[in-house]
Amino acid sequence: MLAAEEIRRLQEQARLLRIDILSMIAAAGSGHPGGSLSLVEIFTALYFKIMTLDPRRPGAEDRDRLVLSKGHAAPVLYAALASRGFFPRDTLSTLRRLGSPLQGHPARHCLPGVEVSTGSLGQGLSVANGMALAARLDDAPWRVYVVLGDGECQEGQVWEAAMTSSHYRLDNLTAFLDYNGLQIDGPTDQVKNLEPLADKWCSFGWNVLSIDGHSFSEILAAVEEAHCRRGQPTMIIAETVKGKGVPFMENRVEWHGVAPNREQLKEALAGLGKKEAEEN
Amino acid sequence: MSLKATREAYGEALLALGRSNNRIVALDADLSQSTYSAGFAKAFPDRFFNVGVAEADLIGTAAGLAAAGKIPFASTFAVFATGRVYDQIRNSVAYSRFNVKIVGSHSGVTVGEDGASHQALEDISLMRSLPGMTIIVPADAPEAYRATLAAADWEGPVYLRLGRPKTAPVLPSDAPFQIGRGLLLKSGRDICLLSTGSMTAVALEAAAILAEQDIYATVIHLPTIKPLDKEMIIEGAAKTGAVITLEEHSIIGGLGSAVAELLGEYRPTLLKRLGVPDCFGQSGTAEALLKHYGLTPSRVATVAGEMVKNRGA
Ligand SMILES: Cc1ncc(C[n+]2csc(CCOP(=O)(O)OP(=O)(O)O)c2C)c(N)n1
Ligand SMILES: [Mg+2]
Repeated sequence: MLAAEEIRRLQEQARLLRIDILSMIAAAGSGHPGGSLSLVEIFTALYFKIMTLDPRRPGAEDRDRLVLSKGHAAPVLYAALASRGFFPRDTLSTLRRLGSPLQGHPARHCLPGVEVSTGSLGQGLSVANGMALAARLDDAPWRVYVVLGDGECQEGQVWEAAMTSSHYRLDNLTAFLDYNGLQIDGPTDQVKNLEPLADKWCSFGWNVLSIDGHSFSEILAAVEEAHCRRGQPTMIIAETVKGKGVPFMENRVEWHGVAPNREQLKEALAGLGKKEAEEN
Repeated sequence: MSLKATREAYGEALLALGRSNNRIVALDADLSQSTYSAGFAKAFPDRFFNVGVAEADLIGTAAGLAAAGKIPFASTFAVFATGRVYDQIRNSVAYSRFNVKIVGSHSGVTVGEDGASHQALEDISLMRSLPGMTIIVPADAPEAYRATLAAADWEGPVYLRLGRPKTAPVLPSDAPFQIGRGLLLKSGRDICLLSTGSMTAVALEAAAILAEQDIYATVIHLPTIKPLDKEMIIEGAAKTGAVITLEEHSIIGGLGSAVAELLGEYRPTLLKRLGVPDCFGQSGTAEALLKHYGLTPSRVATVAGEMVKNRGA
């Protein structure tokens, strides 16, 4: 069991990430709040509890790797990396500006901590597989994490890669599926139904765990279970709320890819308990 | 003279690389017999990954292996290795700047009977437009062997374009291979033949026919389409004032286009691009197809002779 204090620490960190995500997207005037906010607890757990990382040695061979396959959620990755000290926090306000290391979608050569350039959906699981195979060849202890969107699972390459992960028994690979039920053109079950999703991954040879993607205790327990699993990759299907933490964005498809204006940002930050004094 | 396909030489070089460097890994998509990655697979089963008939996954997995310090060679037919997975190469490999070697066998019309679906005629064009991509098209098996070793030493993504048929060696046995360098095979004052891959044999034979007519050709083999040996090309154009490009590829986007772009900007010169015109290929024997598309020594000599005559007039 996690100490209540530890949960509170993570919750506070998640709150700060949400503030950063909203602030940077608002400053940029564009970006993807919905699918960034749905991942906040997962990223908080990964970057502030689970993954072995050293911001001073972003290329360290023994680091754990994270592939953000749904690259449009770049803001949650940037917020986590900045909070962990991979780059100065004031860089966050340069998101999407000309010359900024914070490209609209993660670019590997631009920013320490970005393992692969993503943004074209459907490709990350293959890359994560390659990393996991390399780790195994080297008998290395580091692990690979990959984060997929639910709409993203409509891409055929995801299923090519899903077969590869299980064929090679990649138990050093843990995947998260951000099951927020929405994509751009509407709910996933209306655009193109994914169900039965857990059964699909199961039948592709994966160890599948279904959790509440906003519960730290469930995220951490699932990852622990994944680490214990031998001979099989684990898919953690995380039920989430797109836009989580900002009531007027929650479960709203229209908040997939637009930035809040100044009033909306103010309202969102107030809801997150950001005091006026914290603003600048 | 022993005949050997460039893909066979690739397989031999890959095996040699596997022995000398344990960072070398190989991947294939259910065509390892045809691409000759099978030899590596047998010798180093732990370092070989067959992802099945899944080319997008092939490229992505190679990218991940490269991300963790391996030197992956990912092979399949050239059509599937490039066009089918252009976006995977673009984003997961080139944009990420990963050290992946993409190997496309069965390029061009000499695939033969399988027809247009299997004849890559636009692969060079696709790869050439990607920033940071290196493109190698060897002329014969010995060069393919050397090119494979050079690709392994080269830091960055490489597209290695190979052919299906067994061919005779055409380059001098001591010809050096260096990425970005052309090979001056013949020096003549009347016309400059710029060729790549299997067409270098045709260029040399065409030059021999022309010599009998007192027309002297410069023949330059360009095994790397990117980076291009600009100096050698401009020199050849300047010396002769008439250039023909030769490639087993569409005349759009490949060597002919690269040369036209270069000369158009830096040394406008009379130019003819020979290759497959703007059309899909078709079934037939390799020989019949080369003849059909005019990629034979006699046809090249005729075109060259006309160019020289018209220029003189
Ligand atoms: C290959 C590709 N096609 C289309 C897009 C445009 N696009 C960006 S996000 C998105 C919807 C993704 O939905 P989902 O995976 O559910 O993401 P989330 O709900 O977590 O934001 C689409 C179609 C893209 N980035 N890549
Ligand atoms: Mg979604």
